[in-house]
Amino acid sequence: MEFLGDLFGNYTLRTVGLGAAFLGIVNGVLGSFAVLRRQSLLGDAISHAALPGIALAFLLTGSKATIVLLLGAAAAGWVGTLLVMNIVKNTRVKYDSALGLVLSVFFGFGLVLLTYIQRMPVASQAGLDTFLFGQAATLLARDVATIGILGLAVLLIVLAVWKEFKLLCFDPDFARSLGFPIRWLDVLLITLLVTSIVIGLQTVGVVLMSAMVVAPAAAARQWTDRLGAMVAISAFFGALAGVGGALVSSLTARLPAGPTIVLCLTAIVLVSLLAAPNRGVVWKWARERVNRNLLQTEAVLADLYVLAMRHEDLGHGHPISVLRTMSIGHGGVDRSLEVLRERGLVRVTADGTWSLTPRGLSEAGRLSGTREEGP
Amino acid sequence: MTSVNGMGPAVKVEDLTVAYGERPVLWDVDMEVPAGVLMAVVGPNGAGKTSLIKAITGLIRPVAGSVAIFGKPYAEQRRLVGYVPQRNSVDWDFPTTVQDVVMMGRYGGLGWFRRPGAAERALAMEALEQVGIAEFKGRQISQLSGGQQQRLFLARAIVQDAGIYLMDEPFQGVDATTERAIVTLLKEMRARGKTVVVVHHDLQTVPEYFDWVTLLNVRCIASGPVEQVFTDRNLRLAYGGRVSYLTHHSPGETLTGGEGGG
Repeated sequence: MEFLGDLFGNYTLRTVGLGAAFLGIVNGVLGSFAVLRRQSLLGDAISHAALPGIALAFLLTGSKATIVLLLGAAAAGWVGTLLVMNIVKNTRVKYDSALGLVLSVFFGFGLVLLTYIQRMPVASQAGLDTFLFGQAATLLARDVATIGILGLAVLLIVLAVWKEFKLLCFDPDFARSLGFPIRWLDVLLITLLVTSIVIGLQTVGVVLMSAMVVAPAAAARQWTDRLGAMVAISAFFGALAGVGGALVSSLTARLPAGPTIVLCLTAIVLVSLLAAPNRGVVWKWARERVNRNLLQTEAVLADLYVLAMRHEDLGHGHPISVLRTMSIGHGGVDRSLEVLRERGLVRVTADGTWSLTPRGLSEAGRLSGTREEGP
Repeated sequence: MTSVNGMGPAVKVEDLTVAYGERPVLWDVDMEVPAGVLMAVVGPNGAGKTSLIKAITGLIRPVAGSVAIFGKPYAEQRRLVGYVPQRNSVDWDFPTTVQDVVMMGRYGGLGWFRRPGAAERALAMEALEQVGIAEFKGRQISQLSGGQQQRLFLARAIVQDAGIYLMDEPFQGVDATTERAIVTLLKEMRARGKTVVVVHHDLQTVPEYFDWVTLLNVRCIASGPVEQVFTDRNLRLAYGGRVSYLTHHSPGETLTGGEGGG
């Protein structure tokens, strides 16, 4: 019996992991384009707007089949997006306000419907509320198949219109001047975004789904300056967080998957913001430090050179206190002297003072020559 | 005069009116750009210079009027027209390289689904060498200076191989070296039979850089050869008397900034 239980457990975990990986990849890819097209917040509106669609689909059909609920979610997500666009176009309400408006109105309506459904005297309603915060453990093999097929379709379309999407995101005016139908490309991008969000709702939930769209892309941007690499890394991050979060959630009773996935995403984003080469905070800090140290070291060398030039004996030693006084404004004398000594440019004299070596003298002369051209 | 090779003017704008909401930005504009000229479009801020360029390239829909490219509507002649947007209209932090942006100029010719390949890369390199930034081909585009970014946009236009180029302020925020390089490039394009229309800000350099000029202030004040049209009287009409420096302007003197980076 134990063996059977293990097999069953593994099978469930495998299903859940596969589903989470799929939707992580798809949302990572679409999220990259959404972020670059400056539509990351649209994802939030779409996912929240999907909730009443899910509830209505259930009320109208009485079915909890994944495909039925997803169709409802997609339809509502689409209507929400259209509303945002039309509010911006036809009123004085700005884009961000329109997003907030649609998001909260749809989500509120969805909550009302959900409450109503839960009070219905039939037993079949159980479990619909998992769409709020996501429940990876409820993923069945046929759900994963649905996610896989829809996700694959989305990815193939992205691949087909790759260069058009790139141009749409980078320079839409130029794209239009070349004859590409920008409006329809935008509609296509949003449709794909709606699809990729909808297939993640069961696992991640409507409340936190937008993190799945934005976070992998934002993190991936830190690591590369190429679109292709960014999309690939974003897909990888999405899959990583999806699988990690879904498995943790599945192994813990009553822990929804949305929050655990978002925690994984947070870790990835934090590491990326801090440690990524070139753009990371730590990297920038380290580079500044290296530059500052280099300048300090050169400054101390130059100070020694000035002192040496004032003495007939070029090898005459100078106490460190003199150098410290001269270094007001740049500092780092002790460290700089140590660095210079290691490079064989300065040496400690018998009485504990510092002087330039012959090599240090020529190096300092070269530096002062390049730094003080002219007068 | 306006017809160079029997095809009619490169661009013919008739009764063009453009409005944003209630406010007209272009009012009943008639103008022609003969084939093979280098034309400046000048006028005060808010005169509708950018709107004129965008209306000609079909980026904004006019309230009234028509635009013809070599006698036919823009939609049929798209391949003949190259558009160079303002430099600050795009996000330079976009994850892409210099060479990649130049190849975007070929996307229209490639059409749907086809990816740029070796031929496009070769064309891109050629154009980058022409504008003098070939050494930066692999760089992310935010690592270019303002002048280099402008050159990059010109390289992208060159690979389009259009007959007519419409450029929105290619001299904006570039140093003197780059400005000279761009002018040389524009004159080379004219020498190869291209028609170039440039939104320009520096009145002092108009006679030096261009052979045709359009003075715009919502209405078209005047349009024609520089020596005939670029007069004190027309400038006063376009700018409302705020052009006193023109009376003591000396040829060759420019108002452009000092020499900065490369």
